[in-house]
Amino acid sequence: MLYFLRKTGLFVLTLWAAVTLNFLIPRLQPGDPAEAIVQKLAGQAQQVDPEQIRAIRLMLGVPDTSLWNQYWDYLNALIHGDFGLSYGYFPYSVTHMIAEALPYTLTLVGVTQIIAFVAGTSLGAWAAWRRNTKIDSFISLGSTFLSTLPFFWIALMLIYVLANTLHWFPEGGAYSGEIVPAFSSGFVADLAYHAVLPALALLITGSIGWILGMRNNMVQSLGSDYTRLAVAKGLRERRVAWTYAARIALLPNFTGFAISLGGVFGGTLIVEQIFSYPGMGKLMYDAIGNRDFPLLQAIFLITTVAVLLANFLADVLVGVLDPRVRRQSS
Amino acid sequence: MTDVETLVPRETPPDRPAKTVKRRNGWQVVWSNGKARTGIVILALFVAVAVCAPVIAPFDPKNSTLPAGLQPGGAYLLGTTNLGQDIFSQLVYGAQVSLIVGLLAGVVVTMIALVIGLVAGLLQGVVDEILSFSINLALVVPALPLMVTIAAYSPVHGLSLIIFVIALTGWAWGARMKRAQVLLLRSQDFVTAARFSGDGLWRIVFRELVPNMVSLVVAGFMGAAIGAIGAEAGLSFLGLGDPTTVSWGSMSYWANSNGAMLTGQWAWLLAPGLALSLLITALTLINFGIDALSNPQLREE
Repeated sequence: MLYFLRKTGLFVLTLWAAVTLNFLIPRLQPGDPAEAIVQKLAGQAQQVDPEQIRAIRLMLGVPDTSLWNQYWDYLNALIHGDFGLSYGYFPYSVTHMIAEALPYTLTLVGVTQIIAFVAGTSLGAWAAWRRNTKIDSFISLGSTFLSTLPFFWIALMLIYVLANTLHWFPEGGAYSGEIVPAFSSGFVADLAYHAVLPALALLITGSIGWILGMRNNMVQSLGSDYTRLAVAKGLRERRVAWTYAARIALLPNFTGFAISLGGVFGGTLIVEQIFSYPGMGKLMYDAIGNRDFPLLQAIFLITTVAVLLANFLADVLVGVLDPRVRRQSS
Repeated sequence: MTDVETLVPRETPPDRPAKTVKRRNGWQVVWSNGKARTGIVILALFVAVAVCAPVIAPFDPKNSTLPAGLQPGGAYLLGTTNLGQDIFSQLVYGAQVSLIVGLLAGVVVTMIALVIGLVAGLLQGVVDEILSFSINLALVVPALPLMVTIAAYSPVHGLSLIIFVIALTGWAWGARMKRAQVLLLRSQDFVTAARFSGDGLWRIVFRELVPNMVSLVVAGFMGAAIGAIGAEAGLSFLGLGDPTTVSWGSMSYWANSNGAMLTGQWAWLLAPGLALSLLITALTLINFGIDALSNPQLREE
């Protein structure tokens, strides 16, 4: 019980720190940030709308008041889910833009990461079980080679080979222009068809870590006494590999899965930009180009909170699965 | 001549017995590893190319007066960009940026990680709690979105900004490893012995702890350098780098935004990615040799 209480306390504290970090980033610059942003917008020969200035003030608080008051206003707005108005997609609110983009990224990341996790850990376990064979060196060396390739480069090659040259898949977008978005089987199939290439890019890079990590863990657990006992008992090979060695080797990967989500969002930032896929990553990329600071900050905050939440859940899950962890902290 | 004198060579002082096992320094251990040797040779080639870039590159990488949009071959080995710049020359000069970023960001990240790891490991109580909390926070905050957010606010976009954001987001993993190592070392007998013989804190840190962390620090540096080179390429590919420097990331950015693959300038897109991959492979290979430093079982005799 102490373990779960401690983890919950840590989660709340980390959440607070992340929210505060998000508050501090725009204020690290010298001078009045709201003024600087207005200047930048004006510099782009744009008419600065009073509503936009209001949005900036909403995001940054009234600069005349103390930092403490600004912080208070910021927290208050956050609790009400008020992220202000987007500059780039004015007059839409930041919340509206995120609500549009979030389902795409959640589906893309959710599906690919679960497949990558299952496929990667299975491949890693297999390589460890058949270690020092051709299968092992093919899997280990292949994934090591892929891990040295820049992420954006893999995505670009996928477009070039599978979209531009072979024309198997579309180059980008989330659905065809002529199809009206609706909950029909045709539209869902079209969505899936467009998601294949970005998903493949995330899948290739996402599974490498699991393959190499699981192989290492599994090699260790294969050398341990309980595995040897299982072999000595005369259990079948397959049973020893999966229910003895792999089960223990899997535990560190649960925590790793949650930590990796932060990196995965970095990946979607690049992948969605390359495939012009209308998710959170593309939204963030466009927000940078538009100097859309309220949107940028809201996306950063939501991403961080999502990753923190995933880590908290992974900690709880590992606590449930592994009694040793619970005993350690009490 | 007694029997003893014939056994002991003249050079060896009589109070120290002749060594039966040849001790090797760190460099020899790393060099004796075949993978690491390959990595070092490749890295040396990259360094040579970066240093001799003005000699090797046939053109100024920013000179945009050449015929534009040429495909690979002829006088322009890898073709030219749509602005009329020589791609091969850009590739050669790009090595400079990756190596400088890898070196500088690697050093900064390693220093931060070492100091925080040492302090957190040595001081128990509130300081350790706060530092460990910061380490865990920095580990889970998504690095690329944080880099991108900070870079978007910054009024200047140069290499120093890139190194700054990499340092800010990259130190946590190394700090965690070093803190764990300090905790492990400080409970060992030789540290207790040093303390009982009256050594001060600084002497224990620099004579007992740090020498035992060398392989961890070097491995941490390699990891940080690999991460930094990848991060620079990623940021430049997203157009957040210095628009005036020629790096492999910015080359990929321009190649992609100009549809290089569709216009037949395949080398424009392929070459920088493969160069990055080769450099990172070299560093990964060297890491195998560095692992052998801390783990004698991995050494190749």
